[in-house]
Amino acid sequence: MTYLWLIPVFTLIGVVLNGLLGKKFGDKFVSWVGPGAVGLSFLISCIFLFKLVFDSPTGDSYIQKLFVWIAAGNLVVEAGLILDHLSVVMIMVVTGVGFVIHVYSVGYMHKDPGYARYFTYLNLFIFSMLILVMADSFLLMFVGWEGVGLCSYLLIGFWYEDKKNADAGKKAFIVNRIGDFGFLIGLFFIFIEFASLDFESVFSMASSRQIGDPVIVAITLLLFIGAVGKSAQIPLYVWLPDAMQGPTPVSALIHAATMVTAGVYMIVRCHVLYLLAPLTMSIVAVVGVVTAVYSASIGTVQNDIKRVLAYSTISQIGYMFLAVGVGAFTAGMFHLMTHAFFKGLLFLGAGSVIHSLSGEMDMRFMGGLKKYIPITFWTFLIAVLAITGIPGFSGFFSKDEILWNAFDKGNPILWVIGVFTAGLTAFYMFRLFYLTFLGESRFQSEKELHIHESPKIMTIPLIILGFFSLFGGYIGVSHSLGGENHFKKFMEPVFRNSEIIANSTSNAENSLGLEYLLMIISIIIVLIVLIIVHQIYLKRPDIASTLAKRFSLAYRVLLNKYYIDEIYHTFIVNPFIKISDIFWKIFDVKIVDGAVNGTANVIQSAGDKLRKVQTGYVQEYALSLILGAVIIIGYFIFR
Amino acid sequence: MVPLNYYLILSGILFVIGVTGVLVRRNAIIIFMSIELMLNAVNLTFIAFSRYLNSIDGQIFVIMVMAVAAAEVVVGLALIIAVFRIKETVNVDEINILKW
Amino acid sequence: MDYSIPTINLSVIGPEIIILLTAVSVLIIGLFPNYRRWSISIVFIGIIFAFYDIYYLWNLNQVGFDGMVLADNFALLFDIIFLIGTLLTLLLSGNFINQYIRGTGEYLSLILFATLGMMLMASTNDLIVIFLGLETLSISLYILAAFRRSREDSLEAGLKYFLLGAFTTGFLLYGIALIYGSTGTTNIYSILNFLKDGSVEIGILFYIGMILIIVGFGFKAAFVPFHMWVPDVYEGSATPVTAFMSAGVKAASFAVFLRLFITGFSPIISQITGILAVLAILTMTVGNVIAIVQTNIKRMLAYSSIAHAGYILVALTALSRNIESEFSAASIMYYILVYTFMNIGAFGVVIYMEKSEEEVLKISDYAGLGFKKPFAAICMTLFMFSLAGIPPTAGFMGKLYIFSSAVESELYGLAVIGVLNAVIAVYYYLRVVIFMYMKEAVLDFSYLSARPVMALSLSISVGGIIYLGIFPQSLINLLTNIL
Repeated sequence: MTYLWLIPVFTLIGVVLNGLLGKKFGDKFVSWVGPGAVGLSFLISCIFLFKLVFDSPTGDSYIQKLFVWIAAGNLVVEAGLILDHLSVVMIMVVTGVGFVIHVYSVGYMHKDPGYARYFTYLNLFIFSMLILVMADSFLLMFVGWEGVGLCSYLLIGFWYEDKKNADAGKKAFIVNRIGDFGFLIGLFFIFIEFASLDFESVFSMASSRQIGDPVIVAITLLLFIGAVGKSAQIPLYVWLPDAMQGPTPVSALIHAATMVTAGVYMIVRCHVLYLLAPLTMSIVAVVGVVTAVYSASIGTVQNDIKRVLAYSTISQIGYMFLAVGVGAFTAGMFHLMTHAFFKGLLFLGAGSVIHSLSGEMDMRFMGGLKKYIPITFWTFLIAVLAITGIPGFSGFFSKDEILWNAFDKGNPILWVIGVFTAGLTAFYMFRLFYLTFLGESRFQSEKELHIHESPKIMTIPLIILGFFSLFGGYIGVSHSLGGENHFKKFMEPVFRNSEIIANSTSNAENSLGLEYLLMIISIIIVLIVLIIVHQIYLKRPDIASTLAKRFSLAYRVLLNKYYIDEIYHTFIVNPFIKISDIFWKIFDVKIVDGAVNGTANVIQSAGDKLRKVQTGYVQEYALSLILGAVIIIGYFIFR
Repeated sequence: MVPLNYYLILSGILFVIGVTGVLVRRNAIIIFMSIELMLNAVNLTFIAFSRYLNSIDGQIFVIMVMAVAAAEVVVGLALIIAVFRIKETVNVDEINILKW
Repeated sequence: MDYSIPTINLSVIGPEIIILLTAVSVLIIGLFPNYRRWSISIVFIGIIFAFYDIYYLWNLNQVGFDGMVLADNFALLFDIIFLIGTLLTLLLSGNFINQYIRGTGEYLSLILFATLGMMLMASTNDLIVIFLGLETLSISLYILAAFRRSREDSLEAGLKYFLLGAFTTGFLLYGIALIYGSTGTTNIYSILNFLKDGSVEIGILFYIGMILIIVGFGFKAAFVPFHMWVPDVYEGSATPVTAFMSAGVKAASFAVFLRLFITGFSPIISQITGILAVLAILTMTVGNVIAIVQTNIKRMLAYSSIAHAGYILVALTALSRNIESEFSAASIMYYILVYTFMNIGAFGVVIYMEKSEEEVLKISDYAGLGFKKPFAAICMTLFMFSLAGIPPTAGFMGKLYIFSSAVESELYGLAVIGVLNAVIAVYYYLRVVIFMYMKEAVLDFSYLSARPVMALSLSISVGGIIYLGIFPQSLINLLTNIL
């Protein structure tokens, strides 16, 4: 396995070609290079997947050390790539979904003045993401981690001429910095504790520690802060809804399918550490489930189609954290994968809707689009059914697995909140679906003329993702449903060494009847919600507004997202600004600025004086030379 | 026989005269001649050492230095003439548009 | 005295012979206007052959001319650095050659003669050859500096360079004479044996000679206070020539310093650590402080090149304190290679920006370049980052190695002053970047057309600093084993 570097290298070539030559050779060139690079990466990833499945029955991982990166003192970091059953899942998702979304972007970004720039960033994102998931050390992972953050920032603010977009990019960047700060401190702790940043050596050293070792707890908590920032969980989720200012394919790729799930991947990658810190695990689970229900509730009243999806993403990632928090790493990864399919599809579908309505994003001005854009409609329907957990669709299998694990390995309360969230999910997804595609059309009349189905280059990606949203779940059908659960078997080698610990946390014995009961309860709830939504939004559109009036307080609280942005602003940002203001006026201006400007002025004026020595008279130059020589010789003789 | 030190002192004096010439004269050609004087002072040192050490290396070095000095003369005079063509002066004090 | 004809091994100076023949042939071809356009291709072919010959000689450690000339890996490495510098400069010279089309042969052959001089300086074991190489280099450069002979500033640069250069030659020669007088030899190994022997007391004349040699090469490498010629000559010469000088001459001088310090003077070199440290501090500080107030980009880069000589001098000081330290020597060579890339690259962008008649050399002229000519601007940004020492560029790794070599030799104060200087330097390098990306354009850059050859040179330089910045270790390993 000395060719692992082939996977990311094509995207890097894509970056270089698009960045340097894209503008010169035109959009056609870019349209081939951008998606082509990711496509090649995807094909190579497929080869490696087959190699891993067929050549490695024991489930070994492959590590390729590329080069010694930094060797200073006792810090020796080798840059290396790792391919195992965990990273290959992420690689497949990143390159596969990434490729589809690249193709979609060709249509969506058609004729944008920044076409080449867009694909440069997008390829750079895929490259960074591949580095993140293939890194074999914490430091290289951090490089990828920062890389994807940078790309996300660049792409959110892609249309930077509009200040709102640039601000959204800035917000994402700053909030992510908070998380990254925790991550970085975690890295320092790891290095101090284990004198290494290499996954293999850190994990093997850590596994001899006792459960609940305070250092490990601290490290895992710090790493989790990083994950919270990147994966938009409470309390650092505020950047993700604003991130929707970016182009829609970007939202699909970065802010739904791949980057935001990096936190989940990181925890699964470090499961050895996390299993040693039960405290952190329960915090992860609680943060996950609270985020899930919290943002789902906000999602129920939003009117912007992309914002609903953004809150939905936050909520779904909450599910994944719930899963990893209770120790069901496989279930978390499984949901990560299916979510990448259906949420990517939802965003691309929303993009197609927005595209057909020439940029309209408010659902109150949509409706009845079914007959105009049939392909989008049908694929979107699949995605909605998948995310709401209708049996037979991919989301059902993964979500069910999480809920069952939450009940089994965690706590029934987690399950109750989880199921309630599932109900909310069904509500906002069906609401979105009804408002957009069914019922009366409410768009401004002049827009009606332009409504058209998107071109093939955009609908084919929808169909591909629709296929996976529909059937992607069948690789992980659980035993209780008579399946084989290939996914779990596939992932088993990753957790081989931590099996004993993982099993010990399971408290209820596997009772099949209970599992069926729970499953049926959640299905029934979803169906009831479906009927309610059908009643409210199709039959009696007035009910919605009556309800909103009746529970106006609750409605307003939800509509304003629990006033969290305002609360942050009043209690954190404003005091911070005030305090900083005071500091600024007293400390900064007087002391620091004084010192800095003073130094700068001294240097500047010294420069101004010194340059006068350079008079331009050649003999004075000669004199300085002689004086220098004489002084040195004199010093030498008389020392 | 004249002792070695006499030669060394003589060549040292010549060298200093050359250096002084470079520092105080304003005419580029005379400055250049002073530099030649410095080089020849060095040549004298080489010859003296060569004779004193009974080694041929110094004399070979002197031949090399003379060859190099000849090449420098060619380039130097050409430069001075080129400057004179444009500025109609070889006074180095007037040649200072590049400074600071 | 018993003389036998020494063994002459011509293959030792193979690369030099190739460069010499190329230079002579382009000089002749330049006389025939019809064939003039072939000359640049001939030069490239010659350089490629020279590279091949270096590849052939690598690891053979040949010695020739009775031990006067050697082709050890140290010499060959510096040959490679010089040839890279020459190649990058020639790729940037297209415009200049077209402007002075009648001087094609002279220009190319002078550049090659200068390269030949540098190569001789690096690959010899004898002060005589070092002197000859230095003069071959210098005389070519005097002419190159004054190449635009209808321009006052160019002539002034040439004349100043010539007068001061010849003047310093006097000092250098005097130094060599004194060393010859005290040791009876001009061969560096024999000097080493003389010093090791210890039977004869080392007189004051020897020390004075050593200092005069340091002064002589310190002039070429632009140590303060021997630096005064640098800004004027850099500003007055044609920019391709400046680019060539800034990298090559410095590299050649440091090659000689390394050779002298590590072999010839090694037993007594620790006695001048203090002097070198003072020179290093002066050189860094004066260079950086004056660079801050410059408005002309060539002059700014000239002062910056003085400052960079100071950084390299820090490592040289560390080496003089701890002569066994292979790391210090390696960090010097690493920095010189990196400096070749980043400085020629920076001058390359300056060349690209120049207008032929009225020059665009003020830093404020670069305002808005980032939006109009993104490729040139991104290259310039990377070169500035590298010169300032910001990761992930090679300039950062170079400074890191240099300052850690100072720390390794327990010169903590020097390392701290070096880092402070690097901080000052960030200011004026980033000012260029700020102008390019954050100011409105004052010039209309429509006179700039795409120049593929120039872009190639810039790309090589960018590739060099990025590659060496991310994968420094293999080169460092090679360099530590070279001595």
